[in-house]
Amino acid sequence: MSAILHRRPGLRLGLLLTPPMLWLGVAYLGALGALFITSLWGQNSFTGEIERSWTLDNFRDLFQLEVYRTITFRTLGIAALVTIVDAAVAFPIALYMAKVASPRVQRLLVIAVLMPLWASYLVKAFAWRGMLSEGGLVAWLAVPFGLDSPGYGLTATIITLAYLWLPYMIIPIFAGLERLPDSLLEASSDLGARSGHTMRHVVLPLAFPALVAGSIFTFSLSMGDYIAVRIVGGTNQMLGNVVYDNVGAANNLPFAAAVATIPVVVMLFYLAAVRRTGALDNL
Amino acid sequence: MTLSRGMRIVLVIFTVLALVFVYTPLALVVLNSFNTSRAFAWPPTDLTLQWWEAAAASQGARDALWVSLQVAALATLISLVLGTMAGLALQRHRFFGRSSVSLLIILPIALPGIVTGIALNNAFRTIFGWDLGFLTIVVAHATFCIVTVFNNVQARLRRLGGNLEEASMDLGAGTFTTFRLVTFPMLRSALLAGGLLAFGLSFDEIIVTTFTAGAQEQTLPIWIFNNMFRPNQAPVVNVVAAVLVLASAIPIYFAQRLSGSTNEGLTGAR
Repeated sequence: MSAILHRRPGLRLGLLLTPPMLWLGVAYLGALGALFITSLWGQNSFTGEIERSWTLDNFRDLFQLEVYRTITFRTLGIAALVTIVDAAVAFPIALYMAKVASPRVQRLLVIAVLMPLWASYLVKAFAWRGMLSEGGLVAWLAVPFGLDSPGYGLTATIITLAYLWLPYMIIPIFAGLERLPDSLLEASSDLGARSGHTMRHVVLPLAFPALVAGSIFTFSLSMGDYIAVRIVGGTNQMLGNVVYDNVGAANNLPFAAAVATIPVVVMLFYLAAVRRTGALDNL
Repeated sequence: MTLSRGMRIVLVIFTVLALVFVYTPLALVVLNSFNTSRAFAWPPTDLTLQWWEAAAASQGARDALWVSLQVAALATLISLVLGTMAGLALQRHRFFGRSSVSLLIILPIALPGIVTGIALNNAFRTIFGWDLGFLTIVVAHATFCIVTVFNNVQARLRRLGGNLEEASMDLGAGTFTTFRLVTFPMLRSALLAGGLLAFGLSFDEIIVTTFTAGAQEQTLPIWIFNNMFRPNQAPVVNVVAAVLVLASAIPIYFAQRLSGSTNEGLTGAR
């Protein structure tokens, strides 16, 4: 057996690849495919039974009804803003970790950044619910400045999601910046560039793939979220909520499936677009 | 270092601010578990251990914790096997469609959890004809945990190259002997790191779980979510939350001990 495998790398590859491919390629991709097919089926409005006849009604509703358009754009907007906030917060700390901190401080900072990832998602959203509540910490901090807590709503959702996904942005940028040779920065400053100039023309372009890699996480995770918005978003809905309500209360799986294809299509375009930047190697 | 002094000071300030932003909510959760007020008014007027006693006695929380630990252990086990196989296949062989395969492995975490959730929910019920329950949660979790192991294994194999394995083969060791005596020992710490991530990922997951858990099975995150909005249960939820925050130091400690290389595949964390 061992000798046969040794002589035939093709067989070895086949044996190694078959189990994961059965799981992911057949079962998982099959499940995604079936979901998409379901989105092209209708539903009997009296019995609630799924009718297995082809129809584009679900997608027509999705595009024509004002409410779903609003929710789609709101979701994309939230995901984009969360990504921007995370990139802005993550870049300086990642740069500090990679290029300024001593090895000891760097090690500690990596731990400090990663630890919140292990603290439960719900716990963090729950913490923001407490902080943003009336009489919570945010209000307590804001009142002396004549401001108020944003309360539960879209701002709260963006803050909470940005908080939740921040480590996913910091780590790829840090890893990308760490790979960046110091000699490039030195060359830039030897050639007379100031720090800001080096930042804009050397560091940022080279760190861009890593930043995009981080954005895959923040964007995708925000787009599919429906729990944070239920905890801190007040009555606002995102695409995830529409899917959730249609699977659960409304029991309209075909429509839920149609809604769920939006994030998938968006993510596929996103992944295809960023493949060229080399971002996928930075994951 | 070539960054100017001003730039470095700015970076320090931003770093400190980011850390304050990250740690304030977590510290608050821990503090609030001692807060006498049920509504977690800030600042707390008085501290108490009453909620910790109530939480320790909560059967629901204990059962949910047990389910979560079992699910995470099984999902980790499956993803260790499948992730290692996929990692070896992709890193030690060149074949047509190789990049598509690696994209496919990333897909379950790249796609929003809700999509994976309803796709699996639909497939389990209508295609496989399974009842939702413990097993379906494990299968669903394993699906998105494979990538963490895969990432770690692949990074390690890439870094170490294939020379040692080739030497082993040249000296007459067969495929399995080489794996047992050469490849596996090289991979061990990467597997532990990947497995730890997979465990954490599964333990914390709620979105996919919501769609793949039966009515009776409650993992800890689902228990927390179900009880979060009940005013009576809120203090107990807060204690569970505080425990989870404090417990997050444990895997970090192990991860640090395990692998000196902290930034290898850690972004597979989601």
